[in-house]
Amino acid sequence: MTRSLHPGRLKSLDVVRLAGYGLRARPLRMVLSALGIAIGIAAMVAVVGISSSSRAELDRLLDLLGTNLLTAGPGNTLFGEQSTLPDESVAMVGRIGLVETVTAIGQLPGAKVYRTDRIPAPQSGGIGVYAVRTDLLDTVGATVASGTWLNDATAQYPAVVLGSKTAERLGIGTVSEDVQIWLGGQWFTVIGILDPVPLVPRLDLGALIGWKAGQRYLDFDGDITTLYIRTDPDAVEAVRGVLARTVNPARPNEVDVSRPSDALAAQAAAETTFTGLLLGLGAVALLVGGIGVANTMVISILERRAEIGLRRSLGATRGHIRIQFLTEALLLSILGGGAGILLGSGVTAVYATLQGWPTVVPAWIMAGGITATLIIGGVAGLYPAIRAARVAPAEALAEI
Amino acid sequence: MSNWTEAFITLRGVSREYPGGVVALNGVDLNINRGELVAIVGPSGSGKTTMLNVMGTLDRPSAGQVVIDGFDIADLADRELSALRAFRIGFVFQHFHLAPGVSALDNVADGLLYTGAGLRERRERAEVALRRVGLGHRLTHQPHELSGGEKQRTAIARAVVREPALLLADEPTGALDSHSGEDVMRVLLDLHKTGTTIIVITHEGVVAARLPRQVSMLDGRVVDDRMGVMA
Repeated sequence: MTRSLHPGRLKSLDVVRLAGYGLRARPLRMVLSALGIAIGIAAMVAVVGISSSSRAELDRLLDLLGTNLLTAGPGNTLFGEQSTLPDESVAMVGRIGLVETVTAIGQLPGAKVYRTDRIPAPQSGGIGVYAVRTDLLDTVGATVASGTWLNDATAQYPAVVLGSKTAERLGIGTVSEDVQIWLGGQWFTVIGILDPVPLVPRLDLGALIGWKAGQRYLDFDGDITTLYIRTDPDAVEAVRGVLARTVNPARPNEVDVSRPSDALAAQAAAETTFTGLLLGLGAVALLVGGIGVANTMVISILERRAEIGLRRSLGATRGHIRIQFLTEALLLSILGGGAGILLGSGVTAVYATLQGWPTVVPAWIMAGGITATLIIGGVAGLYPAIRAARVAPAEALAEI
Repeated sequence: MSNWTEAFITLRGVSREYPGGVVALNGVDLNINRGELVAIVGPSGSGKTTMLNVMGTLDRPSAGQVVIDGFDIADLADRELSALRAFRIGFVFQHFHLAPGVSALDNVADGLLYTGAGLRERRERAEVALRRVGLGHRLTHQPHELSGGEKQRTAIARAVVREPALLLADEPTGALDSHSGEDVMRVLLDLHKTGTTIIVITHEGVVAARLPRQVSMLDGRVVDDRMGVMA
């Protein structure tokens, strides 16, 4: 007799249906073991999502603020003393072809700021007093939150514009005619409050007065602390290269030149390191979740030996049994992974919205999450599936 | 000899020894012809369930030869035995083994799962099989909504939905009251009339007495074979 025997092929749709039946039979256990995977994936998606959203916010901010702002300040002399910038440096920098605007500020180290003249002298709140030129606002991209900015007239009188944190510390919410503060032993009228200035954070904790007012009322010597230079966006590096020599031709080594947007980007890069750590923690959670799935499958197979025996009696091959349980593990972890991606995206959306950032969940982390889920499910399900296929049908059916 | 060509199952010197030295079958010789209805009787521990597992290819003998429908099972790989079961052998168990939470129709349709038939064909044939065992009105009921007899008839429908040449029933009435048991026996007798070879394992003499041939077992041996047509 030459008849041959070929087992029937199990259709892939039937395999998925079988896996679904298996999971539905024990819903609570399915949810709990899927939860392990979900938490791991959610942690990874949220970590990447939040850092991407933060990055997107930074890009948006840099786009808004421009990356073409340079600062030049006095460095140290060869002997380690604080040097100064020559008075004519503003004019000289202004003559560089691709510079759009240039402005200067000078700190008044002796001047302290108090809400009233009754506040004890040590409680100065760390507020810095700066004499500024009226073109500072446009050059550093600052905006006025309340009141007005200094003009040619108010710059000559005891009028002050407060940085955002300064106003907060002094308890001044809005500007009205009769708000005065005790500044360097004089009453100054508050005429404006600035929004936060991301590119020049020192201004946030500053009290800004006119250049001439400083000289007239507070014995300001006119020394320049920092120059702010806005260049043609395509010529930032070119201007940067010649800036030190232009500011102080005699001693270019005593000039510190920097680009504030670089500092913001560096800060973001520092956060990336932290992201790596959190991502690692997420991976550990995922691994634990995978072990949970493997555990669930092993227990499930012990409980379902009779079902395995029955299926073998109906003509299932070892391969049919193996694929059924492997698919069940895969389905379990895909359910967990899908829930994790939703959860992680949700956490990202909530956090980003609270921070006022755009919500960004990169496609690669979603694809990566699904891939990781498939790998975890496959690895976790493989051994239990192989064990299930090895169950001897006659023995399994006897256990009732 | 014409008897030899008609033999559907042939056991020659079949023994089955389990690890630990337990001998469940001890040199069994048995021929069962196509279309026979046979009872295998014996007290518990006499080796009748092992005999059923061996005849159903769920278990391989430690020694001896088993030939089923012309196939010597020693020559067949595990997946070929699976195919043999899928297309030629149906099983009925004492405790039904129905999937909970799944309708009677889909439980029966699962009997065709490993034959490669599509879902629609499986359900159509399952409905026919359920009507054949008198359960046309119970298609959508889940196992917990069925009586014991109905559960066993559903399990029989699952076993015969593939139209197997051989039906092996292990204590099919063992978990049922006499009335339900009677329903189940009637279904088996009807199936026999349509030409299916049926082997019923039972420890109840009353059940065995109704079948045309009784093979009695004790301690892993065949001790009696009445109305036998031994080759």
